[in-house]
Amino acid sequence: MKNVVVTPEVAKEHGLTADEYARIQATLGRDPNITELGIFSVMWSEHCSYKSSRIHLRKFPTKGPRVLQGPGENAGIVDIGDNLAVCFKMESHNHPSFIEPYQGAATGVGGILRDVFTMGARPIASLNSLRFGRPEHPRTPFLVEGVVSGIAGSGNCIGVPTVGGEVFFDECYDGNILVNAFTLGVVRHDRIFRGYASGIGNPIIYVGSKTGRDGIHGATMASGEFDEKSEEKRPTVQVGDPFTEKLLLEACLELMKTDCVEGIQDMGAAGLTSSTFEMASRAGTGFVMHLDRVPQRETEMTPYELLLSESQERMIIVARKGREQEVLDIFDKWDLDAAVIGEVTADGIARLLMDGVTVAEVPIAAVTDEAPIYDRPVERPAWQDDLNRLDLSALPAPSDLSESWLALMSCPEMADKKWVYRQYDYMIRTNTLVAPGSDAAVLRIKGTRKAVAISSDCNPRYCYLDPFVGGMLAVCEGARNVACSGAEPIGLSDCLNFGNPERPEIMWQFRSAIEGISKACETLAIPVVSGNVSLYNETMGKGIYPTPTVATVGLLEDADDRVVSWFRAEGDLVFLLGAERVDVELGGSLYLKQVHGRVAGVPPAADLAHEKRLCAFLKSAASKRLLASAHDLAEGGLACALAECCITRPDGPVGATVTNPFPESVRPDFALFSENQGRVLVSCRPADGAALLAAASEYHIGISQLGTVGGDTIVVADIARLNTAETYKAWSEGFANALGFGE
Amino acid sequence: MKIAVLVFPGSNCDHDAYHALKHVVSVDAQFVWHKEDSLEGFDGVVIPGGFTYGDYLRTGALAKLSPVMGAVRRFADGGGPVIGICNGFQILLEAGLLPGAMIVNESLKFICDYVTLRTETSRTPFTRTIPEGTRLRIPVAHYQGNYFADAETVKRIEGNGQVVFRYCDVAGNVTSEANPNGSVSSIAGICSEKGNVVGMMPHPERCTEPEMGSADGRLLFESMVSWIKENAR
Amino acid sequence: MKARIYVTLRKGVLDPQGKAIQRSLSHLGMEGVDEVRVGKFMEVTLAEMARPEAEKLLEEACRRLLANTVIEDFSFEIEG
Repeated sequence: MKNVVVTPEVAKEHGLTADEYARIQATLGRDPNITELGIFSVMWSEHCSYKSSRIHLRKFPTKGPRVLQGPGENAGIVDIGDNLAVCFKMESHNHPSFIEPYQGAATGVGGILRDVFTMGARPIASLNSLRFGRPEHPRTPFLVEGVVSGIAGSGNCIGVPTVGGEVFFDECYDGNILVNAFTLGVVRHDRIFRGYASGIGNPIIYVGSKTGRDGIHGATMASGEFDEKSEEKRPTVQVGDPFTEKLLLEACLELMKTDCVEGIQDMGAAGLTSSTFEMASRAGTGFVMHLDRVPQRETEMTPYELLLSESQERMIIVARKGREQEVLDIFDKWDLDAAVIGEVTADGIARLLMDGVTVAEVPIAAVTDEAPIYDRPVERPAWQDDLNRLDLSALPAPSDLSESWLALMSCPEMADKKWVYRQYDYMIRTNTLVAPGSDAAVLRIKGTRKAVAISSDCNPRYCYLDPFVGGMLAVCEGARNVACSGAEPIGLSDCLNFGNPERPEIMWQFRSAIEGISKACETLAIPVVSGNVSLYNETMGKGIYPTPTVATVGLLEDADDRVVSWFRAEGDLVFLLGAERVDVELGGSLYLKQVHGRVAGVPPAADLAHEKRLCAFLKSAASKRLLASAHDLAEGGLACALAECCITRPDGPVGATVTNPFPESVRPDFALFSENQGRVLVSCRPADGAALLAAASEYHIGISQLGTVGGDTIVVADIARLNTAETYKAWSEGFANALGFGE
Repeated sequence: MKIAVLVFPGSNCDHDAYHALKHVVSVDAQFVWHKEDSLEGFDGVVIPGGFTYGDYLRTGALAKLSPVMGAVRRFADGGGPVIGICNGFQILLEAGLLPGAMIVNESLKFICDYVTLRTETSRTPFTRTIPEGTRLRIPVAHYQGNYFADAETVKRIEGNGQVVFRYCDVAGNVTSEANPNGSVSSIAGICSEKGNVVGMMPHPERCTEPEMGSADGRLLFESMVSWIKENAR
Repeated sequence: MKARIYVTLRKGVLDPQGKAIQRSLSHLGMEGVDEVRVGKFMEVTLAEMARPEAEKLLEEACRRLLANTVIEDFSFEIEG
């Protein structure tokens, strides 16, 4: 590496365009050497620089009375009162997980955990949003097994419960799976740490695992499309060591109880380079770093390799001068490497030395502030109009609606995900009040009466058919899910997964989805406090559906107000909120996809004002203890939501009989499976029925009493009926059956 | 009364055990770092679950070498109550304080779920107030919880009344369907010959409050407290 | 000097991993593999010492840590 002469060709191999290379030459006033080129190439990669997405991300509403830290740090932070805050972020690890599912997913979980504890927060829960190709694709079962066991292997060992998420299948993910990991932590206001390299003369301390040649160019890999040669890129995937990460977590939190730390940051993508440059950039400082002092696992590593390695479980700490030994002692106690490798300077220059010889010298601002920003061309795809056309009258009506209903309940998208979450330790830390399987997971905050509800959501079919509406609906569903649990949505993190941004249609999807998310967040007053962008999710020209996953965080002031999604007791009354919403909305529906094999039409309409009232009403009804259960109507409409309320009850399935909220003129299959938004099935004790009706009218929420809980059948008027035991069996076995995981 | 909660590198149920003891059962609990070589002044010892040393080599194999394990051995020899939960059980097996060994679950998968246990003996400090035959709802969370001992050893521990818990169905029947991991004779927990050292794969510390889905785990800790009170030196 | 250590499950101890691998091989159409037993292989570098001394050291290492003789057997070979 040392002797490589930098030419425009070498720059191109590093993923830099001719323009970008010219810009580097101009800003340095000379040709960069190979080490410097490596620095620019990773820092200007899509993954680190957000060069294609940045101008659009600015549209997100990021402020609010509770926001203590918005986007731009390792994770966002939202106040929950009593000097406490929650710190959270969602991040993708898509490309590595496709290449090596176990390690890709495991290091994804490890990375997001570090983003949270680096801010000073103790991680208390994780979610994972997973999207795979068709279940029958030959690689899908292998990828599912690998990703799930990787998440388990990392999360379980580190001891942070994985309490929920999504698992979705569609052929658009055949060549590009999505693994989006979310972690939430709790932090005291006075113990929040940020990634600042401030204080001239302060020591820069490297802690954690030793550096090897792992994942060199992982950041540029995460920013490039796949081709047939991707299999050959295998060595660049990092291997995680969750045991070391657990030690790092405990050591960092122990250190943060002292006042030695000025700033701290995880070494994620582009490792040592991005952490040090970003910290100095935020603080407006420079630094000197002695690369030979970096703890190394392999011999004869070059400066280039040391700077670009993505070895896991490493952090950079800027300590207060004179307190170095305290830092080193704590890491020694936890058997972790720690070394002073440099110090903060005032001049805004990064000076990198190897054995006393300068190997790179670049102005920090040139690498960070002057990174290219692209306003890439945007164009509505020509295919969009065709996609949006859907003639419902031409749709053949199934001969047996009960059979179609049962088929939907057992399809892998709807079926029980216990096969997945049984492999996750979702109980550790004994905070999990509502475990996987409800609309949102609910975790208590020990030492307070509070709890948080978390949910991750996105319907990629809706986003494909209309990314603007799909973006809005992702936010609405997340808000509804936490509200159904009795919580008030207080913040969200997004993970924006899209295809190749150099294609104008993809940029149109991207921009539209962001605008949709922004509009919904503004109306619902939910700030976006952190997030991540994953572009180039394409294989040989075939992109994924636009998939802007949102993770929504809700707050319950009193954990005892929590509500679950399943029916609790026979005799309880069943109501539908949003019952007046009776236009047929089947565009992008599960019914259309599973029963008719089509993804077409326009997605259901989003009524943001209604969603806002609905959330407020659910929270209020929960705090008055009027709700026995509340379940959001999503994929599969009324029929599937009703069946879920019946069969997901932990102490065994129960039946229910309800009327049809749609006018008789609506085709029965449409009435069952129409996916109108803003609807929630709630149940209550018979004595609370009148109070619930009165409360709903106070919030101007349409409500209709549909029936009662009980019996051993699930019945919608005279349209369709299912046997609870049979439905339970089909639903609980559907996932493993579809993937061939049965014995 | 003072209970030690041991902390090894990679322990991760230490906080849960501490919480259950201190805030639910209301006894004095203290973390003890694995490099300590004395348990002087403690009345009971909890070896919590986790992935000590990443479960590298074998679960519990590296933790058994920590200095504190010498102290645990002396504490146990003196008749003091010791409970190893999940990885703590694995450590006790590796250290030879309990007979047998752990292998990977029959399903080859990590399992996190509630199971039902049947209490097989009340002779231990942790079950003295739990009548034999009592069913307990307690979660498991492990990858290597498949208890193995050769036929002779199984016969011996059964004969000695060293089987403390077995996996059973909700009605209390010990069946192969109710055995989550393939453990020989559906064994979920055992004790030493004297009965004062108990190891179990399920996690009583995770279910000491009703909002966690069960409060049955509390019974074991309360039993220990009553034993300590009675045997106060 | 180098030594190779093999740790294998004892006869009679169920090996779920081995069973699964055997099944997968037969699913792949590779008949004729009757049983698979998964074990561990370790490569260790020793300081130069007399062979009997090395054997004694390895024996002790296996007994005390590298193998759990309740479920595992071990063997080793010293290079050269």
